[in-house]
Amino acid sequence: MSSHESGSPFAPHTPAETAAMLDAVGVASEEDLFDVPDELRFDGAFGIDQRSEQAVRTHLDVTLGRNADLTEFLGRGHYDHYVPSLVDHLSLRSEFLTSYTQYQPEVAQGFLQALFEYQSMLVELTGLEVANCSMYDAATALGEAATLADRLRGVSGETVLVPEQLHEGRRGVLENYVTGTDLAVESYPMTAANADVDALAERLDEDVVMLYAENPTVRGAIEERLADLGDLADEHDALFVLGTDILALALLQEPASVGADVVVGEAASLGLGTSYGMGLGLFACREEHLRQVPGRLVGASEDATGRRAYTLTLQTREQHIRRERATSNICTNQAWVALRTAMHAAMLGPQGLADLAEECVTATADLAARVDDVVGLQAPVDDRHHFREFVAHTDQPAAAVAADLEAEGFAVHVVDEHHVQLCTTETNAAKRDALVEALEVVA
Amino acid sequence: MTFDQARWTADEERYEPLLSEKHTREVEVESSLPDGLTRDTLELPDLSEPELARHYTRLSEMNYGVENGPFPLGSCTMKYNPKFTEDVAANPHAAVHPDRSPESVQGTLELLYRLQDYLGRIGGMDAVTLQPPAGAAGEFAGILVAKAYHEANGEERSEVIVPDSAHGTNFASAALAGYDVVELPGADDGRVDLEALEAAVGDDTAALMLTNPNTLGLFERDIERIADVVHEAGGLLYYDGANLNALLGRVRPGDMGFDVMHYNVHKTFATPHGGGGPGAGPVGVREDLAEFLPDPRVRRTDGGYELFTPERSIGKVHGEQGNWLVLVKAYAYIARLGDEGLSDASAKAVLNANYLASQVDYDVPFEPFHHEFVASADTDAADVAKRMLDYGVHPPTTKWPEAVPEALMTEPTEVENRASLDQLAAAFDAVAEEDEAAIESAPQRTAARRIDQAGAARNPRLSWQALDEQE
Repeated sequence: MSSHESGSPFAPHTPAETAAMLDAVGVASEEDLFDVPDELRFDGAFGIDQRSEQAVRTHLDVTLGRNADLTEFLGRGHYDHYVPSLVDHLSLRSEFLTSYTQYQPEVAQGFLQALFEYQSMLVELTGLEVANCSMYDAATALGEAATLADRLRGVSGETVLVPEQLHEGRRGVLENYVTGTDLAVESYPMTAANADVDALAERLDEDVVMLYAENPTVRGAIEERLADLGDLADEHDALFVLGTDILALALLQEPASVGADVVVGEAASLGLGTSYGMGLGLFACREEHLRQVPGRLVGASEDATGRRAYTLTLQTREQHIRRERATSNICTNQAWVALRTAMHAAMLGPQGLADLAEECVTATADLAARVDDVVGLQAPVDDRHHFREFVAHTDQPAAAVAADLEAEGFAVHVVDEHHVQLCTTETNAAKRDALVEALEVVA
Repeated sequence: MTFDQARWTADEERYEPLLSEKHTREVEVESSLPDGLTRDTLELPDLSEPELARHYTRLSEMNYGVENGPFPLGSCTMKYNPKFTEDVAANPHAAVHPDRSPESVQGTLELLYRLQDYLGRIGGMDAVTLQPPAGAAGEFAGILVAKAYHEANGEERSEVIVPDSAHGTNFASAALAGYDVVELPGADDGRVDLEALEAAVGDDTAALMLTNPNTLGLFERDIERIADVVHEAGGLLYYDGANLNALLGRVRPGDMGFDVMHYNVHKTFATPHGGGGPGAGPVGVREDLAEFLPDPRVRRTDGGYELFTPERSIGKVHGEQGNWLVLVKAYAYIARLGDEGLSDASAKAVLNANYLASQVDYDVPFEPFHHEFVASADTDAADVAKRMLDYGVHPPTTKWPEAVPEALMTEPTEVENRASLDQLAAAFDAVAEEDEAAIESAPQRTAARRIDQAGAARNPRLSWQALDEQE
């Protein structure tokens, strides 16, 4: 226990030590060190009681314990995959967790190498040459892609085209990120949860600087004509930005092969879980856009003995050097989550990743078929292949179905008046039977 | 004290091999999906759990964190992070999906509400959003709020004023929000130059972004005048919370006249920095700006807590509710310390900075400072930093702010005891007395020797695929 009796439990000073230090500085009290005018002085009374560690833990256990114990069949960008124990045990080593941005690379080789490995995994998964070592989440990564498009096509073109079915958080953040540009966000239509390629072909012109598509889409549908979208974007000199997630990349078409210039999306689906929406934005692009990449990059170099070593690099793009002309304002990012994601991906390995991703297809198809057998439900509504999630039509009002399911211990999305969306992964696999049984009662 | 960092090397390669160099495998990707919708192959590292455990343990041993020793990186506030907050964040009830119904996540919403309330009290702000996932994201959100406020008043203001010594993120965030950035030169005493400020403000001024104490650790004593000048011109005063650790319990940004602020909860409230994140950057505002805050916020109702959209919300700055797990840790930290602990944290942080400065034989041109001081090196500050690594301490931030030549921006925080401050001072002073050769050949005791950073930028190799191509 700390040897001092009051104050911060994490300030190690004993009263004698404090006195000696004040003496060394030449002041009578700590208050003399605060160069604050008297009229501005606050008395420190926030009205927050100090509590013991045990009391805080108990308080938090009680408070968080008010969350209902539901089995979640929720997705839409946040996915619960089983995180191997190794990830917690190794990522929580304090040398990783309590370190800072690697401004002194000679003492930060471990984290730098781990981030280099994370970048490399994304390069393999996307087929693009460059990946940064994190954005906040998929939505902010999408916003950064738009500002990248704006910088690349600064003189002409003012439209960013996005799917009409798009997570509202992603759309909302994108709208804010284009605030400082002349860009406007417009939607293109979808047909059965895929981009309407014909409508897009009509719409695309030189005004479009960026075409955004997702695979899978927000309704869990796999895009069937991605390469056509890539061609259309290419023909009109628009940046083709593909939104996806790290596990889908292990199975679905390689983004580079369908012409993607930039890949954004969620990477925390490995390593973190849903965490009330905390994320890890992935961002990868072609080498030709290297100098325009937002965020941090780790590069390989050599030390004075010729040994391979890693360092943050191309920092002249970043705000601490370039200030208002930086490629992005991101500084503190999600480095530790990227470490966890890399660990999780490494634990699965290529076969494990591909198998888990395939299970996201087969288990979902199986669940959709079983839901379709329930009287009053039709699934999947979209005649597509699905990844993890799908939309079901309910004859009953969807909100009532969801509320009744919640009473039975299940959480599902309400899409609109007569549609719910269900997401399944290995973590809720054991409750699929129970969900179908509950649906038979409530739907 | 001597120091040697672990250095793991494979005999022939002389470095810890990459995962890909240990073992990769290319697999055929088989799927029930039709041909054409899937990739053909996937080539990635393929290692067993024991191999991975050893790899990541080795990497951790080649990394320096707060628990390895002093980490006085100015402006970054690298504090010891209490262990129990990790356990609190690992509570299974914290692991909920963001689309859960509000009724089913009352615990999560209550915690968010309480944190909003605590931060409001600490900052002297009337309303708080927890959504921004980092300090710079908070700056962006705060500036968007200012923009929405002016637009609601029918005003088109195009400029944000930023002191030349400010964090680079201030400039970048203002630019991202579409503002022209007006750089404000500092006065000779290291503070805001009031005359320059009066000349810079006008009908185009949307906001002045300021941290107080500033990046030299100096309190802006004229803050009330500064606030008046900005307010009289119709602008808003934005507080960059990066240095809030210096002021807890002594003065609140709201009381100083700031209208909008962000909190770096990972700095001030001791949540682990995670090698560069995640952090969280909640934003606080005065009452009449609350209606513009991001969507959604949390409020209390008769029966519990609910999410709501502020009337004229700027929309979203994060896809969901930000970095929730970081917020849990920050809340637990604040609840642990309470009034007494928070105020004492600042007292000891300021004492430590002053004590350390009194023990080092370097010129510290600007004072009196609060929680951090900027020393001036006689030689290249970057070289001094490299040599300090050999003494088992993390060096200060170097070469910034520019008002001090060869700057060593030093922030010991409250968690160091006198012995470790003396260790830091000894490292500072030992380096000052060493000859050029010793300094230029540093560091010697770290996992890697001096790294060719210019070469890394000239010839970017950003993945193991890029290494393979070259070899």
